[in-house]
Amino acid sequence: MSLTSNLRPGGKHGVPTSARRDPIGILVAGLSKLAQSDLIDRVGLRKQTEQAVFTVTRSGFKTITQASRTFAKAGKKGKPGVRAAAAPSTGVFDLTPTEDEQMLVDVVGEFATEVVRPAAAEADAACAAPDALLKASLEIGLPILGLPEELGGVSEERSAMAGTLVAEALAKGDMGLAVASLAPGSVATAIGLWGTDAQQQTYLPAFTGDEVPAAALALNEPTVLFDVTSPATTATKAGDGYVLNGRKSQVARGSDAELFVVGASLDGKPVLFLVESSTEGLTIEGDPAMGVRAAGMTTLELKDVKVPADAVLGETDGSTYLECVRLSRLAWCALAVGTGQAVLDYVTPYVKEREAFGEPIANRQSVAFMVANIAIELQAMRLLTYRAAARAAAGKDFSKQVALARKLCADRGMQIGNDGVQLLGGHGYVKEHPVERWYRDLRAVGIMEGTVLV
Amino acid sequence: MAINLEVPKKHRQLIDQAHQVAMNMLRPISRKYDIAEHEYPKELDMLAAMIDGLAESGASEGAGAAGVRRDSSEDDGKVRNGSNLASVTSVAEMCWGDVGLLLSMPRQGLGNSAIASVANDEQLERFAGKWASMAITEPSFGSDSAAISTTAVLDGDEYVINGEKIFVTSGERSDCIVVWATLDKSLGRAAIKSFVVEKDTPGVKVERLEEKLGIRASDTAVITFTDARVPKENLLGSPEINVEQGFAGAMATFDNTRPLVAAMAVGCARAALDLTRDLLKEAGVEVDYDKPANLQSAAAARFLQLEADWEAGRLLTLQAAWMADNRKPNSLEASMAKAKAGRVGSDVTLSCVELCASVGYSETELLEKWARDSKILDIFEGTQQIQQLIIARRLLGLSSAELK
Repeated sequence: MSLTSNLRPGGKHGVPTSARRDPIGILVAGLSKLAQSDLIDRVGLRKQTEQAVFTVTRSGFKTITQASRTFAKAGKKGKPGVRAAAAPSTGVFDLTPTEDEQMLVDVVGEFATEVVRPAAAEADAACAAPDALLKASLEIGLPILGLPEELGGVSEERSAMAGTLVAEALAKGDMGLAVASLAPGSVATAIGLWGTDAQQQTYLPAFTGDEVPAAALALNEPTVLFDVTSPATTATKAGDGYVLNGRKSQVARGSDAELFVVGASLDGKPVLFLVESSTEGLTIEGDPAMGVRAAGMTTLELKDVKVPADAVLGETDGSTYLECVRLSRLAWCALAVGTGQAVLDYVTPYVKEREAFGEPIANRQSVAFMVANIAIELQAMRLLTYRAAARAAAGKDFSKQVALARKLCADRGMQIGNDGVQLLGGHGYVKEHPVERWYRDLRAVGIMEGTVLV
Repeated sequence: MAINLEVPKKHRQLIDQAHQVAMNMLRPISRKYDIAEHEYPKELDMLAAMIDGLAESGASEGAGAAGVRRDSSEDDGKVRNGSNLASVTSVAEMCWGDVGLLLSMPRQGLGNSAIASVANDEQLERFAGKWASMAITEPSFGSDSAAISTTAVLDGDEYVINGEKIFVTSGERSDCIVVWATLDKSLGRAAIKSFVVEKDTPGVKVERLEEKLGIRASDTAVITFTDARVPKENLLGSPEINVEQGFAGAMATFDNTRPLVAAMAVGCARAALDLTRDLLKEAGVEVDYDKPANLQSAAAARFLQLEADWEAGRLLTLQAAWMADNRKPNSLEASMAKAKAGRVGSDVTLSCVELCASVGYSETELLEKWARDSKILDIFEGTQQIQQLIIARRLLGLSSAELK
């Protein structure tokens, strides 16, 4: 590499490739190098920082060290699995949840208030959900929420609506912890929806038991302008099975996961594959992001990962994959609604208590109208999300409805996060208040594919 | 009970009928009366007769202005899809046809909504079949309804009304006018009452008709009242001045009419979206609902955003109507629907003109007309800003003295 190209600043540290350094810039760059060297640390000029934990830093790919369990093969290969029935449709326009749904929302809502919210700030900083919280989430039945009774679950019918309400209620506590605790159930729900008898018998007992495995739905990829409908991760036929190659990003609790559902292109169609974490060729790297940090996000690398023929989850024509994408987007909409509600509930008393120029700032239209708009857009986000969820539960086509919900939740949800910080001014910018976390979390909604589903 | 946000099955037929009327009766004369402002759309007489017929047969379940009354039938604990929901869905459908013509529909005026909402049984019977317009605004105020200076003074068995009203929709064509006037200005909002004034009452004079940006098929009148005497039985609601209750009684009408205006915006905006979708398709642009918006053309991404916002306005409107049907207090939700649908109406129709470029701007298509028509829907029955004030005061628990 020539000296001149070495001096070019572009292409790293977020600097565009067209950037050029002038003489002062070159001097500053040199100073920066010196400041980064550990020479000054050795002479004790800088306070030592704590050793960062695996998940907080990008410390290179590691093989998964979690003691992976062996999922004992069971059930009949090729036999269709048990399917939840579509929710009956009364044909009546109604915004009232069923009694069961309401009960569930009450329980989860209490959990979100009492357990999730108090743990949120620390989990965000640690990039990990506390074990006790995850255990408690098992007790309230989150992993089996989306499973029909015959498979050891709790739902009598397709549970997209209940799942949506639960995700909303949890995210009102904290989005990152909601994702961490919903991720295993999302994989279980996926196996319930699309798994063969063999896949259901092999994997679901783990989720309905006491030691529920961490599991992750890996659809995202680290690509600019990522198009979830055509993943760059590939699956190629090899012998009786397939070989997977590629990288999946924003994989929740990837370092603990024992089972992945991975999206990959097979003969030009996107397909879901079940991949056990003990499979050779899987490595994982911590990949903390702007927000949703409590979910312990990681990047999963698949290098010549061999999976058997029956690792395919659902259809190979792209239809299962697309339904999975839609249900996942629905879950992210629900999370946005929950976090948006947290913002509204927080700023409402704040602007009434905070005084400026001798009266509460709420008395000013520019402040009050921001709160009004948060409420309007939030309720709209909720209604669009519920419509898509109810259609999904009833077995109707919901592709358009979920697209509209996602668009609104991405745009307006981010606006709510932005306004939430703005309403608190400088106080919104510091971690003493949770609004800066919600700001970071709400950015995820238009970006995330996979990770959770309802 | 279960969450379901689809338009109810039992209203489908009504909506389909409204759609057929909008398509086959309103659209063909839409441009004609946009150009011929102030000319009476005689085609509507037959339509009004048909609507009356439908109403009598019970088939319509409250399409139009009659549909906003909260009936007092027994509460059986069942979720109801009633006349409010039927009204907003059918009004939206008619406005997909033409907002100006819907507003000109004989016997379906805002005054009829007011009568249907607050009149007693005797008044309902007496004013049945009349076309009633609504007169609130005066030259010196718009949104600040409490500033009413038109007076009503009881003289024997009659109230004597004096004042000037502007922006009276169907003011020339209607049979009577619901006039807002104060019994005693010193007592503030509580003294404001509404009166049904027959048009042939001596002292009532239509001074002129406005020339407008849009909804030109609808006549908008300036009306003066000079010692106009009306029977005291024509006062709607209670004649008592209840300072405690204040303005609440009079304003309650708006809880019922705001979702209707929101529905108008929803209908008008859908007309623009439907046509733009077609025109974009001809130009080779189609929205893919699964592919991320940023990977599609800018036009497709824009269209997706417009559609999402439109759906937001629509569902908020249905929510407000559903709450009214189920006797849940809905003034917050009614204002939310009006605020969102009102601004979305403008954004969608104006954006559709932009997307379709000079085709959208030209009078050859109706897109430019919808962009003009929709603007009023973010203004009348409470502007965007008034809705935000109502919402903010309610959310924040602030009085009108605190949050001005």
